[in-house]
Amino acid sequence: MTTVTETQEPKRGLTLPKFLTSRPTRPYVHPYLGGALLGVVLFLAFFLTGNGLGASGGLNRFIVFFQDLIAPDHVDITPYLITMAGGDLNPLDNWIIPMIIGTLFGGFFSGWRNGRLKIETNKGPQISTKSRWAFAFIGGAIMGYGARFARGCTSGQALSGGAVLSVGSWFFMFAVFAGGYALAYFVRKLWN
Amino acid sequence: MPPFPLDLIGLLTKPGAYLVYALIGFGFGYALEISGFAISSKLAAQFYFKDMTVLKVMFTAIVVAMVLIFGATALGLLDYNLIWVNPTYLWPGIVGGLIMGVGFIVGGFCPGTSLVALSTFKLDGLFFTLGGLFGIFLFGETVEYFDEFWHSSYMGRFTLPELFNTSYGVVIVGVVLMALFMFWGAEQLEHIFGKKDLKTEPRRRYTGAVALLAVALLVAFIGQPTTQSRWVKIASAKEALLKERTVQIHPAELLSLVHDHHINVILLDMRSEADYNLFHIDGSQRHDPGTASELVPDLRLEPANTVIVTISNDEGAATDAWKNLTAESIQNVYILEGGLNNWLATYAHEDESLIPNPATGNDQLRFIFPAALGSRYNFSDPDPEEFEVEFTPKVQLQTKRGATSGGCG
Repeated sequence: MTTVTETQEPKRGLTLPKFLTSRPTRPYVHPYLGGALLGVVLFLAFFLTGNGLGASGGLNRFIVFFQDLIAPDHVDITPYLITMAGGDLNPLDNWIIPMIIGTLFGGFFSGWRNGRLKIETNKGPQISTKSRWAFAFIGGAIMGYGARFARGCTSGQALSGGAVLSVGSWFFMFAVFAGGYALAYFVRKLWN
Repeated sequence: MPPFPLDLIGLLTKPGAYLVYALIGFGFGYALEISGFAISSKLAAQFYFKDMTVLKVMFTAIVVAMVLIFGATALGLLDYNLIWVNPTYLWPGIVGGLIMGVGFIVGGFCPGTSLVALSTFKLDGLFFTLGGLFGIFLFGETVEYFDEFWHSSYMGRFTLPELFNTSYGVVIVGVVLMALFMFWGAEQLEHIFGKKDLKTEPRRRYTGAVALLAVALLVAFIGQPTTQSRWVKIASAKEALLKERTVQIHPAELLSLVHDHHINVILLDMRSEADYNLFHIDGSQRHDPGTASELVPDLRLEPANTVIVTISNDEGAATDAWKNLTAESIQNVYILEGGLNNWLATYAHEDESLIPNPATGNDQLRFIFPAALGSRYNFSDPDPEEFEVEFTPKVQLQTKRGATSGGCG
């Protein structure tokens, strides 16, 4: 594998307790196998519940939950927020919330089982850990904004909508790749 | 009606249903982690053609899920009408996608993968997730400034087979072929830019490709159920409802529904344009007889408190529409009892401009109208206070089965 991963241990001895990291590190599965497994999970989601997978909508509801705690009056006059938390609505009372909690546990379990739990920062070799964190935050903010703009993220739009042949989801998916490739050259120092 | 998707909340109550979602989420997180999606540099390498894991995993997942979903619908196990198909808002989706692509290459994750990075203690995943929350917050606070654009180019539940005007089978096989071609291209790019030795790749991937294509061809060969074949499966149970007259509602019940602000009433007038222009109930939308099943994608997106009433002059065309909609798993559909002739007999009997014309045939208007005023007659929108009409209420709102929201909630 020729990925350009460079890992830097955080200072001041931030390490995980031994029982989390004692298992031998195993390599990642082949992309087609991982993809097929993801496809089966996606199918089961639709087959059992009628819904696909999602992530950003759940994060959205967490944010709105706190907004509703701090400024309920503001929530009640903002149309976009009313649908999630207007009046007595609890923004966390939605299927997406258990789903993203499950996602966290699933990732954690696989990381533990395959010996890949580790406090680390993955980045290209040319930037410092601190700037990587800054860019992760900025990129995350752009991503979060775009995901709500597009009414779904890579999971909720591209994967889920793509598998059930939604026209909008397919255009969205190609737009994501187009946006990434268009900018990739200009930010190559971040990763290469 | 196909048994899946399940009415999870009805079957398991809310905690049980949420547990199912949590388990699906667990599988989602697991599948992302074992594919290496917790590592930002691995994800970003996609955009430098060095490691095409993102594309391979994503498209494999899409085609595998697609073939299984449409295989299940072809076999009558799963109801495509009841699963969430992201409604298309074309331009907001494209603009949002471009923004996300930028966020992806700058931040190194997408929202789903950042959760997995976070849960395996990747600090860049933590910062990305925090940034993501901030961006989502910002969106909620700014969307009002471009609300019009954000709701523009709405096309409803719009699918690729409808776009290309072809069958689901053709599209499914086409998407599989396209994905296989992209995988081939991705491997070539990895070879050139990532200096990857393709000979070390498992040969079993060819077997997988052939198997996938074979299943897709089989799904296309079986074909998707038609409205007709769906009706045949439920005909005996539903014909009984028609015969017992439990779904034909009295004009007075219809009028009370229209004036009930808790109910979203959709009136489908299934008559010719000429009849509709002569007279129709205020707020009714006309559709040609026999075209009811074309309305299914839009009707599915209506809220749960929706009651649909089909209307014709008597009950003939309205009953056909009822059958088509019911076969397509649309709930809370009713027929106007006795049709518009009965409506007119109830609400227009005092109107002297109408001349009764009992000689006309079945499902024809039995009144002669002096002019084609559409819904500008008093009896198009009668005042329910003025008429004391007794009726037996028949409408019972069924809770909506299937997904009502999706696309990340």
